[in-house]
Amino acid sequence: MSERLGVTPAQTVGPYLHIGLPWPDGPYAVPEGTPGACWIRGQIVDGTGAPVVDALVESWQADPDGRFDHPDDPRGARPSTVPGFRGFARTETDGQGWYGLLTVKPGPLPTPEGETEAPHLTLSVFARGLLHRLVTRVYFPDEATANAADPVLRGVDPDRRDTLLASPAPDGYRFDIRLQGEHETVFFAV
Amino acid sequence: MTRDGYDTTHPLTLPSYRRDDVDAHPPLLSPGYKSTVIRAPHQPLVYLPQRLTEVTGPLLGEGRLGEFDHDLTRQHDGEPQGQRIIVHGRVLDGDGRAVPHTLVEIWQANAAGRYRHILDNWPAPLDPHFTGVGRTLTDERGRYEFITVQPGAYPWRNHDNAWRPAHIHFSLFGRAFTQRLVTQMYFPGDPLFFQDPVLNSVRDEQARQRLIARYDHATTRPEWALAYEFDIVLRGRDETPFEDEDDDE
Ligand SMILES: [Fe+2]
Repeated sequence: MSERLGVTPAQTVGPYLHIGLPWPDGPYAVPEGTPGACWIRGQIVDGTGAPVVDALVESWQADPDGRFDHPDDPRGARPSTVPGFRGFARTETDGQGWYGLLTVKPGPLPTPEGETEAPHLTLSVFARGLLHRLVTRVYFPDEATANAADPVLRGVDPDRRDTLLASPAPDGYRFDIRLQGEHETVFFAV
Repeated sequence: MTRDGYDTTHPLTLPSYRRDDVDAHPPLLSPGYKSTVIRAPHQPLVYLPQRLTEVTGPLLGEGRLGEFDHDLTRQHDGEPQGQRIIVHGRVLDGDGRAVPHTLVEIWQANAAGRYRHILDNWPAPLDPHFTGVGRTLTDERGRYEFITVQPGAYPWRNHDNAWRPAHIHFSLFGRAFTQRLVTQMYFPGDPLFFQDPVLNSVRDEQARQRLIARYDHATTRPEWALAYEFDIVLRGRDETPFEDEDDDE
């Protein structure tokens, strides 16, 4: 019935993504003023330690109850109890390589194997020099017990796990991304 | 049961997206494209099982579109310079199924090969009537259409006398995080292909061909615009046992 087609290859966003991709409301996975909202900010650096000033970060996550308003969630699509929750943010880096997005902490998630994933955001990173997006995850420093039981974190080399852990910041969390070299962030094949 | 009525004791069955072939996408380290050398990770990617966060994704678009977002020739008081073209096609998944109501975003250089971007300052003219940004949603059959002008080639400093072949940048969401794709569309027969390390970073010849649009004379409108057809294929899903029952070939 269905034919098998080859996928369209990825290509870099190039140096001029800023004319096409940023949205005025991009950084807001939740509206400003949402109770309990936190900023997740970080700096992206390349293999020479230089800030990556032409990158775009996108985030996707469950709501605080661990639910998605999406038809492929087998528990059923459910609009979030957080008004205006989008679950998605898109933020370009500034002249010092910093990105920032406003969100609420997601809830834990069940897995098909009966385990529980700790609260996390999934990130895509796009930039000149990246021919394909990079995928990583943000975990939270105040979830030590849940993180210790998380099947994805447990599958990562213990020496590199902390690259997936945000650190506390005055208005939320800090999550730096090192594309290459020492303390390189863990990136995933999805 | 939770308060909203889903049975927590029932096993969770998730859709599963087929992982891409090794040669389907460019290797992150493609030294011919110089900036990959300091930006591509050194460590191998870690296998991530596709779970709830990966098999869902933002379903955006309604409410994000303005009246002329799909027509890059009507976003200003006057018409932009250049060859007017129609770029259309379907967004499909790897099983040939349409991906309906999905956001398609594009950006491109103007007819002279210049982007309206603060860092693009090579000596080619800007066009006051061209921004170079478009967005639209696919219809229920996965079809999209943009009206724009043929972008020019532009120089860059990657190698000696380096020029990017004319291209349009495309961004697609699909229906799940696993399907997110950013790519570029090229024009058939461009003489600059041979020296372009971005297009040629895709090592498989057939995969590379999938980045090149087809001139479409049937859609070309007399005395108005040339048409190019560009279908985009996102990842397909492994069939679930339930779907197999319906699939009596
Ligand atoms: Fe470009």
